[in-house]
Amino acid sequence: MAFYRPARWQQTAALVVLAALLALPSLLDVLDQSYYIGFATRVLIFALAASSLNLVLGFGGMVSLGHAAFFGVGAYVAAICQQAGLGEGLLVLPLAMAVAGLFALAVGAVSLRTRGVYFIMITLAFAQMTYYLFVSASLWGGEDGLPVYERLRLGGISLAGDAALFFVVLGALTVTMLLFSRLAQARFGRTIQAIRENETRMEALGYPVLRYRLACFAIGGAVAGLAGALLANLSGLASPNLLQWTQSGTLLVMVIIGGVGYLWGGVVGAVVLLLLEEILLAWFAHWHIVLGLLLLAVVLFAPKGVAALFGRRDD
Amino acid sequence: MTDPLLEVRGLSRRFAAVDALKDVNFTVAAGEVHALIGPNGAGKTTFIHHLSGALFPDAGKIHFNGSEITRLRMHQRVRAGMARSWQITNVFLGLSALDNVALAVQGRPDAGTSFRFWRPVDREARLFEEARTFLEQVGLGERSGRLAGELSHGEQRALELAMALATRPQLLLLDEPMAGTGPEESARMVELIEHLARHVTILLVEHDMDAVFRLADRISVLVNGQLICTGTPDAVRNDAGVRRAYLGDHL
Repeated sequence: MAFYRPARWQQTAALVVLAALLALPSLLDVLDQSYYIGFATRVLIFALAASSLNLVLGFGGMVSLGHAAFFGVGAYVAAICQQAGLGEGLLVLPLAMAVAGLFALAVGAVSLRTRGVYFIMITLAFAQMTYYLFVSASLWGGEDGLPVYERLRLGGISLAGDAALFFVVLGALTVTMLLFSRLAQARFGRTIQAIRENETRMEALGYPVLRYRLACFAIGGAVAGLAGALLANLSGLASPNLLQWTQSGTLLVMVIIGGVGYLWGGVVGAVVLLLLEEILLAWFAHWHIVLGLLLLAVVLFAPKGVAALFGRRDD
Repeated sequence: MTDPLLEVRGLSRRFAAVDALKDVNFTVAAGEVHALIGPNGAGKTTFIHHLSGALFPDAGKIHFNGSEITRLRMHQRVRAGMARSWQITNVFLGLSALDNVALAVQGRPDAGTSFRFWRPVDREARLFEEARTFLEQVGLGERSGRLAGELSHGEQRALELAMALATRPQLLLLDEPMAGTGPEESARMVELIEHLARHVTILLVEHDMDAVFRLADRISVLVNGQLICTGTPDAVRNDAGVRRAYLGDHL
């Protein structure tokens, strides 16, 4: 795989899309289609989660099948805090990131000693253990999950309105993508991408490989936790389903469709997948068949993902 | 004689029922070019792997530059001053030659941590200035902007040397640097190693006997995991055991 280099047209395109998204809530309001604000928020949250997996998988080269664990843990941290009456987002969101990040640090510290298929299996095992932990934790609602009755406030401003939450999610995604694009060009990004390409070579240049991998894994976990906390607020529920391995699979599919290792791969993948689901579900229930065909098409005809169709990563 | 730069004592390693290395005692003196030769399957690469930290021995000790490194991991040994190259070219094909070497400079402790998340690497001029001097040392100054994947095989081997040099090693482990190179490229590589040997101690594993006898100050011969002889090129050339075990009519 190539190394990431920023492309000016991508920055321009991102700014245009950002401007359009800023206008979206008012536009939907005028069109009397406010339902879609919630949908758009969901897409952006999954874009955030998929991007965090893309950092781990695409840039760090770590095929994790347990990423949903961090996503789900973030959702539960938010729900638990909010049930306990702690509703200030400036506290809850960083806390969700910290808990998910530290959890990822612990999982990574064990898992990253393995390679290849063993790494896939051990991350899956950790995620499933976490899933069953939450399913059996009656204190936190067991299988039913933990409801979030009142949305977060941010600096005292309530996010009860869908537009307010949308803007917060958009802000979180924007900041994250900016940070990721800087990180990918900085020493850290160069290092983790080189480790992805050739781990032994990096060891032989004196790099403590495990440490960099672990940091990348934990950053990915923290951002997934942020996405989870936001999703719990959008849907009003922290459900154990968020931690299921199928959820990890969905994030993986998003990254693969979007483009593994492309900065915008996670975002593009989330948009494509959720839009397809939304559109196809209106026509028939078995939309997964179409998803399967789409995956086939991507793997066969655009193996680098949809983002790759819009120019090389390093142009 | 001063203490050797590298000292290996009683190094042994078994793979299943095979003794890959048997009680190897071996030294490299500071400043010399020491060649390790032996027939295919003698354990040369296994030995290098033990020195570089890719493998760990069942028994024996390795001392480097006055301290024991037997259990140190690969990146710790690099930081202690030991760099290596591989039989197979091992560079980052998707990066330019200059970027490859800059990455090696960046990995050095004195270049600071790589836990930097904001400033693009491309703007860290010092990394690239230094990288350029190493590229020039190996004769790739003109090719610095090329992707490593576009370089010829010989150039890639030279690039790999530049990366090893950029870690500022005291000891350079070269595992068959002429492997797969044509006669012209080989000749250039010999010149290059001769040039480098003025600044750095070299342990050379090589099949090309002309190169070995031209470059080496001392030669050690490894056969079936055992070191059967160490000495000057002349002594090794005339050693009856070596002739019997390995060299045959090569000399």
